[in-house]
Amino acid sequence: MTTKSKNYTSTTNACKLCTPLGASLAFRGVEGSVPFLHGSQGCATYMRRYVISHFREPVDIASSALGEKHAVYGGGPNLKKGILNVMKKYEPKIVGVATTCLTETIGDDVPMYLNEFHKEFGDLDLPDIVQVSTPSYNGTHMDGWHGAVRSMVEQLCTEKAENDGHVNILPNLVSCEDVRHLFDICEDFGLKATILPDISETLDGPALEDYMKIPVGGTPVEEIKKMSGAAATIELGRCVPTKSGGTSLEERFGVTNHRIGLPMGIRECDKLFETLETISGKEMPARYQRERGRLIDAYVDGHKYIFGKRAVVYGEEDLVTGLCAFLAEIGVDVILAGSGAKKKGMAEAITAVTEGVGRTTPEIHEGVDFHDIAERAGGLKPDLLIGHSKGYRYAKAWNIPLIRVGFPVHDRFGGQRIPTLGYKGTQYLFDLIVNAMLEKKQADNPVGYGYM
Amino acid sequence: MNEYTILEERKDQIHRTGEGALDMACNRESLAGAVSQRACVFCGSRVVLYPIADALHLVHGPIGCAVYTWDIRGALSSGPELHRLSFSTDLQETDVIFGGEKKLEAALDELIDRHSPKAAFVYSTCIVGIIGDDLEAVCRKMSEKKGIPVLPVMSEGFKGSKREGYLAACKAMFKLVGTEETSDISPLSVNILGDFNLAGEIWIIREYFRKMGVEVVANITGDGRVKDIGRSHGAALNLVQCSGATLDLAKMMKEEYGTPFMRVSYLGIEDMADSLYQVADFFKDVDPDIVKRTEDLVRDELSKLMPELARMRKDLEGKKVAMYVGGSFKAFSLLKAFRHLGMKVVMVGSQTGTKEDYAELERISDPGTILVDDANPLELSAFIKEKDVDIFVGGVKERPIAFKMGVGFCDHNHERKEALEGFVGMLNFAREIHASAMSPVWNFVPRRAKKQI
Repeated sequence: MTTKSKNYTSTTNACKLCTPLGASLAFRGVEGSVPFLHGSQGCATYMRRYVISHFREPVDIASSALGEKHAVYGGGPNLKKGILNVMKKYEPKIVGVATTCLTETIGDDVPMYLNEFHKEFGDLDLPDIVQVSTPSYNGTHMDGWHGAVRSMVEQLCTEKAENDGHVNILPNLVSCEDVRHLFDICEDFGLKATILPDISETLDGPALEDYMKIPVGGTPVEEIKKMSGAAATIELGRCVPTKSGGTSLEERFGVTNHRIGLPMGIRECDKLFETLETISGKEMPARYQRERGRLIDAYVDGHKYIFGKRAVVYGEEDLVTGLCAFLAEIGVDVILAGSGAKKKGMAEAITAVTEGVGRTTPEIHEGVDFHDIAERAGGLKPDLLIGHSKGYRYAKAWNIPLIRVGFPVHDRFGGQRIPTLGYKGTQYLFDLIVNAMLEKKQADNPVGYGYM
Repeated sequence: MNEYTILEERKDQIHRTGEGALDMACNRESLAGAVSQRACVFCGSRVVLYPIADALHLVHGPIGCAVYTWDIRGALSSGPELHRLSFSTDLQETDVIFGGEKKLEAALDELIDRHSPKAAFVYSTCIVGIIGDDLEAVCRKMSEKKGIPVLPVMSEGFKGSKREGYLAACKAMFKLVGTEETSDISPLSVNILGDFNLAGEIWIIREYFRKMGVEVVANITGDGRVKDIGRSHGAALNLVQCSGATLDLAKMMKEEYGTPFMRVSYLGIEDMADSLYQVADFFKDVDPDIVKRTEDLVRDELSKLMPELARMRKDLEGKKVAMYVGGSFKAFSLLKAFRHLGMKVVMVGSQTGTKEDYAELERISDPGTILVDDANPLELSAFIKEKDVDIFVGGVKERPIAFKMGVGFCDHNHERKEALEGFVGMLNFAREIHASAMSPVWNFVPRRAKKQI
């Protein structure tokens, strides 16, 4: 196993997105919330466009739309005016303000502006306003995501609430379908869950008669305020920053934080179910026993088609780690695992989740772009690529299948509904991978066997 | 309509034709908190220069600007595909503190060696304007070192809207014009400006000109090449499409080289035919037969197209259309194209229209049509509802607004992968509109389902 730092200067086809995008996505998963980017208009518009291409849902992100004079004299007035306009038009319960590289660099003091705002407009019925610092020259969209989650927990949940036995789940950047699945699992354990953020409806909503100013769904602000009264927090992801929403609740209110990996593959899923057993005092419900059993059965049925296949996995640090955990179990050799993120401990995390089953030691690279991934992986002769849509160009060049998972999936339909978590999500991915290998075998075979 | 839907400060950016004199406020900074559909200066420059396929396009800034513009356009190339890669200096905190010039220089050094481009465009982003990197000095230095034009594109995002980005792009391109030999160029020759070869559209148009006997010197910028732009001043005429994206370049070329220009559109039947006839008219003194050749061409194409359109028109007659486009010039052509399908345009908006554009729109649209500048999702959805629209034409950001409300949609921006220009493009366009308007899925959307009860 190796990790390698970049040996070049420029970035070609980045394997990451910018910090404020992650924050905007997280803010989108709160009830009555309007994400607000403090910066020039382009940032909000570009990110909306990008997010829409995956979710195919309206994504209204407000902007302070700074122009040249604001860049010189400071963006405070426009920030305040912008929030007032958002209040008039959207009547939000909460506005999530994230900075951009522009406002970070001109040194706008957002907490101070918001203080002034509360003083100046305190007589109005103000929404909750949460702010997070997201300079785009520092980290990736995942830092923005985790930063926004932590900001919400710290700025909204400020008092110890009565313990009502619910469980907090900080799910990481997973699909809308995954969030729905997590709710179902908790319900089957008899646990009420506060999932923050909850994009299950806000970014995958129904057809409607009218345009909703703010989509229905999302974590209610009232619930966020009561996260301090939870029985425990489950934070999904082994590469989450040291200081996070979960650790903040633990430090301030003594809410036990269980940091476990994304539940992908049998062993990482087992950890989630064990944790829920501990918290709820109940045994894993029978339906999940059956799902687990079916998954193992499928592992056996399909193992020959995929054993020894060589995979390149890329994307968000925790997703890559989860995929490695799963692939190690089914005998697919990850030859390269890459992420645009840096210093997230991905190598350690992958070592931990593959220990005892992984047959090979993959190259693990943090801080890479697709040029670097391709340079390394091209010679390693992979059989399949696993990650978001941006790997398509390389899959096409190497004539191998791309298993689309993560964000963004904008060259296929239904990216927001791809299941990855739990035995069920793992089952889906397993079937997908086996079928991709069968299809490839069929396509490459001159005989055209119709019975595989 | 909710009284708050239209903010007080935006009321003079909305007009209903036939209701009072038109005095549209436009080309104004987007209002904070209004959730504008507009992008930024960088976006404007990137859109225009993007399809120059043998140039290196390096975005100097943090990663977002480069990654959100990576290969999202439908601009095709008949050769090199360097434009489809996303290059960035990916500025980090230390670069912001100590300046990014050294990193930019190193990045150019590395990328030019790796890809041997014919030229390099270096885009400056918001942050570069703030930290004050001397882009021009770095570009000058690297130009000398590498022996290719390295051109700064002064496109700091906050310095205006898309329109200023167009100008920055034209200024950068103008430095290439006049750098190559022109002696072998035909007297019947044009440059195609303001077309981005989405889904190969420029190839359709070039084929028409070939049949007319007109040489195309440079595609600016769809399927563009640095060398062609270098000799573009040798063409007899500049044809400018799109709302001003490359109009500034045409003006600079007129000033410096005396190249005349005319504004054209390849969308819809009349505008496509008119554009070809205008070109024929321009060259008829040099080659009198060109008029006949053009007439034959148009007749041939129309004879194939019209019966198909007539068939679809039967279904589409009377259906209502709203459109929200980037440049308003496209809206003129679309409005006429929809008339051929028997459809009624009830709302037209744009991100970057000028007073003159809106005056022209008022002139050609039916009374009661809503004209809007720099709209946002709540306004657009309110207009869709008020006018009970059947089809919306826009870009990726408008699509979910229409779909959520159960309205058909046609993607007509830079990201589309269907050719909609030329006579064949009109047929594709009609087919797409027909497919969306006539789909049975609308029977199930809440807004329509309720009505049928």
